[in-house]
Amino acid sequence: MKYRFPLVLAVLIASFFGVVFVLQAFERPPVLSSQTGFRGTGMVQVTNPRSDAILWDRNQVPPPPEAADAEGDRASSIYENVPLLGHLSIEQFGRIMQVMTEWVSPEAGCNGCHVEGDFAAENNYRKQVARRMIEMVRHVNNGWANHVQQTGVTCYTCHRGRPVPEQVWSAAPEQGARGMAASPRMQNRGEPSVGLTSLPHDPFSNYLSGAENIRLQSPTALATGTPHSIQNAESVYGMMMHMSEALGVNCTFCHNTRSFSPWDESRGPRVPAWHGIRMVRDLNTNYIAPLRDILPANRLGPMGDALQVNCATCHQGVSRPLFGAPMLRDYPELASPPAQ
Amino acid sequence: MAEYLNLFTRVQVRGPLYAGTPIGRDERYRGKSSGFNYLIGKIGDAQLGPIYLGHLGVLSLFFGFVAFEIIGLNMLASVNWSPIEFVRRLPWLALEPPAPAYGLRFPPLHDGGWWLMAGFFLTLSVLLWWARLYRRARQLGLGTHLSWAFAAAIWLYLVLGFIRPLLMGSWSEAVPFGIFPHLDWTAAFSIQYGNLFYNPFHALSIVFLYGSTLLFAMHGATILAVSRFGGEREVEQAVDRGTAAERAAIFWRWTMGFNATFESLHRWAWWFAALCPIAGGIGILLTGTVVDNWYAWAMQRGYAPSYPSVAPLLIDPALSVGGTR
Repeated sequence: MKYRFPLVLAVLIASFFGVVFVLQAFERPPVLSSQTGFRGTGMVQVTNPRSDAILWDRNQVPPPPEAADAEGDRASSIYENVPLLGHLSIEQFGRIMQVMTEWVSPEAGCNGCHVEGDFAAENNYRKQVARRMIEMVRHVNNGWANHVQQTGVTCYTCHRGRPVPEQVWSAAPEQGARGMAASPRMQNRGEPSVGLTSLPHDPFSNYLSGAENIRLQSPTALATGTPHSIQNAESVYGMMMHMSEALGVNCTFCHNTRSFSPWDESRGPRVPAWHGIRMVRDLNTNYIAPLRDILPANRLGPMGDALQVNCATCHQGVSRPLFGAPMLRDYPELASPPAQ
Repeated sequence: MAEYLNLFTRVQVRGPLYAGTPIGRDERYRGKSSGFNYLIGKIGDAQLGPIYLGHLGVLSLFFGFVAFEIIGLNMLASVNWSPIEFVRRLPWLALEPPAPAYGLRFPPLHDGGWWLMAGFFLTLSVLLWWARLYRRARQLGLGTHLSWAFAAAIWLYLVLGFIRPLLMGSWSEAVPFGIFPHLDWTAAFSIQYGNLFYNPFHALSIVFLYGSTLLFAMHGATILAVSRFGGEREVEQAVDRGTAAERAAIFWRWTMGFNATFESLHRWAWWFAALCPIAGGIGILLTGTVVDNWYAWAMQRGYAPSYPSVAPLLIDPALSVGGTR
């Protein structure tokens, strides 16, 4: 009997940690799965109505203000320095300025971008950035229909009421001790950017800013002497973890996981996803990265680059941003540049 | 014998403390201390010790400790020597092999050199432990079956960390030391080489792995079921009629028409266990050296079925857009 007590205590302590582990590590039911491919191939999407409801609430479009009259004097006739929006009617101009303020700068209001009392002044960097961002939104809506289709994007798709979108990335600094200690190689830290895995946690520099090759599987069955690298595979894997997390989907949303590379085994969404990767590269390289020259230091990442775009910036956990609401329809000013 | 009706051990196996057979001169390598422990008696013999460490055991533990320290200190360095971060991130931390650029050359310490050293000392430790198992078995007059089963596991370990990287011409092909990192490495390895599930040796290895658990369950259950008749004293019963052993044999003959003997059952178990890493090792060895994409290989050879498509076939957009824009 003398020994029974510690045994019972040990069992109690073990069960306590067991319960904590189960609650921490597993998702509370119901977990629903819907079949998306041929039976027996594991082609399913896993969803949970509880987290879906949270996502639904978080990704709603604000109601649009009443459409503005396109007639009357042009905005450029009474405002100075309006190269992008001067072709609109005064009423349209006022409307788009108002919604942009609500989307991007609801707290600071007009003064977020403008100098108080002198709206034409150009010496607030945010005004420069906003102008470049309007160009970017139009570029996306015109040049990248193979990713954004007719749904398009607006400022709100990313900003959601914040001056800086919530989900952005910047080049990660090397962590860990220096000298002769082993370099941690920018991986093995369990960062959320790669779904808490040990995979390299900055896949973005390689694939969403740089244009490194993502295709890693050999098309031939037998070895041809083409060098592969498992480290490279881990890096691509990290990128795919990001896409999966950003879109709130499993691998099988795009791929048939029995073979990731062949297109004839893949599902339809892989095509817009492929264009999306190229789109983000284009936006980061041509629109976001150059802003580092006008952004203040507190708006730059630890390595001195501008805060850049990845899949999560727009998608925010949903496979079609804002559940595919055709928001752009209500803001035609953001759809196309003025006819010259 | 009512104790044996329980699924959990209710007997404490306790005799007088016994150090084992006399071994003459080598006696000095055998430890002196031994005693009884109640909790140990719950899962096995209640006597703890003495242990025979010997030169091989001491050297093996020493080199194992060296490898453990190299790995652990490098992990600690990777979180900037912060003990809190070390505990928090321990499952994710790793000591990574050299980058592909180094091939089989000796890399700088900070870029894979430590990994190479840790691997060397760990391998030394494992091989010395193997020799120790072999020597202990011989000294007791036993067969060396255990050593060879252990050698099967060492084969898989060496294929992963040494033989295959040599054939591929790069240490970067080897496995990192780390808890999650080696699992993520495994997944990345499978993805890189076209899905390891289409590697027939991987399939065989799983057959032997699951087969081992099945055999273990069947054997364990059989012996517990006949232990009410003293069936755990297998050997002395193996040749007589009407024993617990014969009931066990008849049970299986009645249920599946065939029974392993008390001798052959252990050969089944040994081979299933040993073939698991042997087949796995062959599968890993062929990956990247002979076969680059196991899925493509399985499709070519008709080893795996192709399924009907339920959606319109996609065309690689890189072909239509022109290059990988």
